[in-house]
Amino acid sequence: MPSFEIYEGQEPAWCPGCGNFQILSSLKKALVELEIEPWEVLLASGIGQSSKLPHYMKGHTFNGLHGRALPVATAAKLANHKLHVIVIAGDGDCYGEGGNHLIHTIRRNPNITLLVHNNQIYGLTKGQASPTSAQGTHSKVQPFGNLSEPLNPLALAISLNCGFVARGFSGDPEFLKELMKAAITHKGFSLLDILQPCVTFNKVNTFGWYRDRVYRLEEEYNLNDRVKAFARTLEWGEKIPNGIFFKNRRKTLEELIPIIQEKPLVRQEFSINKVKPELKVFY
Amino acid sequence: MSRVRGGHNYYQVRISDRKVTASREKVDVLVALDLESIERHRASLGEKGLVLYDSESLKKSFEGPEFLDVPLTKIALESGKQRVMTNSVALGAVHGVLGVEPDTLGEILKEAFAKKGEGIIEKNLACVRAGYDYVREHCKRCEAFELSVPGEKGFMLINGLQAIGLGALLSGCKFYSAYPMTPSTGIMNFLASKAEQYGIIVEQAEDELAAINMALGASFAGVRAMTGTSGGGFALMNEGLSLAAMTETPLVLAEVQRPGPATGLPTRTEQADLLFVLHAGHGEFPRVIYAPGTPKQAFYLTNKAFELAEKYQVPVFILADQYLGDTQWTYGGFDPEKLIYNDYRLRDKDLEGVLEYKRHTFTGSGISPLAVPGECGRHLVVTDSDEHDEEGHIIEDAETRVLMMQKRLLKKLPLLRREMEGPLYYGIRCSENPGGSELPEILLAGFGSTYGVMKEVVDMLSKDRKIAMLHFSEIYPLPEPEGFDFLAILKNAGLAICVENNATGQFAKLLRAETGFEFTCQINRYDGRPFTAEKLVEEIHALL
Repeated sequence: MPSFEIYEGQEPAWCPGCGNFQILSSLKKALVELEIEPWEVLLASGIGQSSKLPHYMKGHTFNGLHGRALPVATAAKLANHKLHVIVIAGDGDCYGEGGNHLIHTIRRNPNITLLVHNNQIYGLTKGQASPTSAQGTHSKVQPFGNLSEPLNPLALAISLNCGFVARGFSGDPEFLKELMKAAITHKGFSLLDILQPCVTFNKVNTFGWYRDRVYRLEEEYNLNDRVKAFARTLEWGEKIPNGIFFKNRRKTLEELIPIIQEKPLVRQEFSINKVKPELKVFY
Repeated sequence: MSRVRGGHNYYQVRISDRKVTASREKVDVLVALDLESIERHRASLGEKGLVLYDSESLKKSFEGPEFLDVPLTKIALESGKQRVMTNSVALGAVHGVLGVEPDTLGEILKEAFAKKGEGIIEKNLACVRAGYDYVREHCKRCEAFELSVPGEKGFMLINGLQAIGLGALLSGCKFYSAYPMTPSTGIMNFLASKAEQYGIIVEQAEDELAAINMALGASFAGVRAMTGTSGGGFALMNEGLSLAAMTETPLVLAEVQRPGPATGLPTRTEQADLLFVLHAGHGEFPRVIYAPGTPKQAFYLTNKAFELAEKYQVPVFILADQYLGDTQWTYGGFDPEKLIYNDYRLRDKDLEGVLEYKRHTFTGSGISPLAVPGECGRHLVVTDSDEHDEEGHIIEDAETRVLMMQKRLLKKLPLLRREMEGPLYYGIRCSENPGGSELPEILLAGFGSTYGVMKEVVDMLSKDRKIAMLHFSEIYPLPEPEGFDFLAILKNAGLAICVENNATGQFAKLLRAETGFEFTCQINRYDGRPFTAEKLVEEIHALL
């Protein structure tokens, strides 16, 4: 079993008190408890405070462009499906800049895990509204308040029949770790939206604000009822449910591609002699 | 045409007993299946040209010796019982005009209709025969078109897009992601048709942003990957291109040009993205641009693109265009022995005994060891779109930044330049000794798909003029003139003309920027059509 220490990475450059620290720690613990070694993990991220996370732990890392981690991760998984592929993104990154990729990655259903650090604000660019900011949120660039309806990522995912849809809270790291383990072990695309306070820029959705509202979905909750799950995702305000909202085992993208059933693509050796006969096709 | 059904569509075929390399303005035999074809193309008919048409189905008769009325539809209904077989009758009739027994055509039809069953094949063959017989019987003047049956048989027939796809396949490409865009889609179609047989994953992305990022994800994970698009899609790929450069992830990218700006002329041709491709992507980084002039060059240069992309961990472009992409050429064959395949990635036991692996290690050549994540024991592969240290972690310090720029860009550039081959010289004086004392009075220069038309024009004018051409297919970094002093040839030519399928002379600009050489004359075509041999000759004469 790997040790927690083996996952020790660089020193984080996050604000003291940032929810990201609990998310990082929960992820490391989840991987240790699942007995996954760092060299068996590919961490793909985009740009934002969340996307620095891979540097602060251990694993193969592709820290790419803002919003574009999902296509990188999907293709890496197709090339080598033996890797555990985990995407670390933020609300601006994944629900804004990369929104189209989220929709189509859910449709494709590769067996990858998406962790979205959702603090309802832009941190890296210093305080603008994000796709999940409440309507009316004031910022330097939203002088009349945020005019748009916030995006509901869980409802969106369920509408697309995403196979694993969950929400956690950085202030409940033990439960978050369990949700991460469930997401990583789920066969197919999993979305785990993680509520997280931004101690510097979000003065409304603070740690206390979340703590007073967040509760766990009841134990008898039915994970497989898509319509009821959709209804529960609409619950937001005085009470905010956490936990797994919906599960559905669909065939993964990798399972649907016949040529990689025996061997991952990366291990399939190229031989020019095998493809040479193709030249004859043109005669 | 972007109209999928209906509208005016046409195809030009050139047949000759010597090698031909360009489209012609003049037409010898015009097969008109509708009235519009006659109206539009009548003017291009050569002096002794012939219009093969069907007055009954076109509901119009034409007088004049150039018209050959063949009841195509009537024959189709008689011999095939189906109007749709008019095409087969017309093909048979063309064989009649040319005096070529339609036996090869029969073989092709048998192949094409194999899935439709014997009945359909038989009917089509009957239509071909009836069309052929009709013309043989009714067209005395057709003797003028009679072709001698070629002694040599079994040529290959391939277009530019297929050649790029074939080149990728034979270079070990395992992953191709793209968003459909005319005229580049043929590459994706080709590779998808080979996916199951050869173990290739072809993914249709939701947009070009995803397409290029997917190719990078697959390449990072250890397989040869490629993407392809046209100008508009490539505009979306710019940030991804920059990412390829920053993360030093090997990438082959085909940019099959069509006229812009914006949607432009989607199904036409142009060479107006050269400077775009050259300057695309934010920041400074090395890149390689190949601009093949023929399907054969496209095949070998695609192979070279994969080799260099992986050897130097840089993005490599195949800059093609609609004309090259969709034009079919015949060849004796491609030689697979000339292909290069080196696996520069580290995998399995390649890192055994290595204590510490760093993805972006500083090296003398600037090339860092490229390990495959998860396939090299416990070593971790880390890369970042932020400036990073040798391990791949984010940095901000000036010193590392400078070292990385030197490693990534400045050290690799001269090495890449040395990999580039000089332009192809054709015309007066033998190509082995182009820098001899006798220099061309007219020198045509160009890149990419103008190869064929320049070559043909050199042949046409060489009887009266000392003419030659320089064709560049390895255009960036521009090769050193050391081995072959093309610069001296350009400087010493009587009249050096840059021929380009764009409005502003982008290759001339590139050449001036890189070498200081300035063309005094340029011939540009930017109506979305390829140059034809006659038009180019006219334009050259206008300059003399």
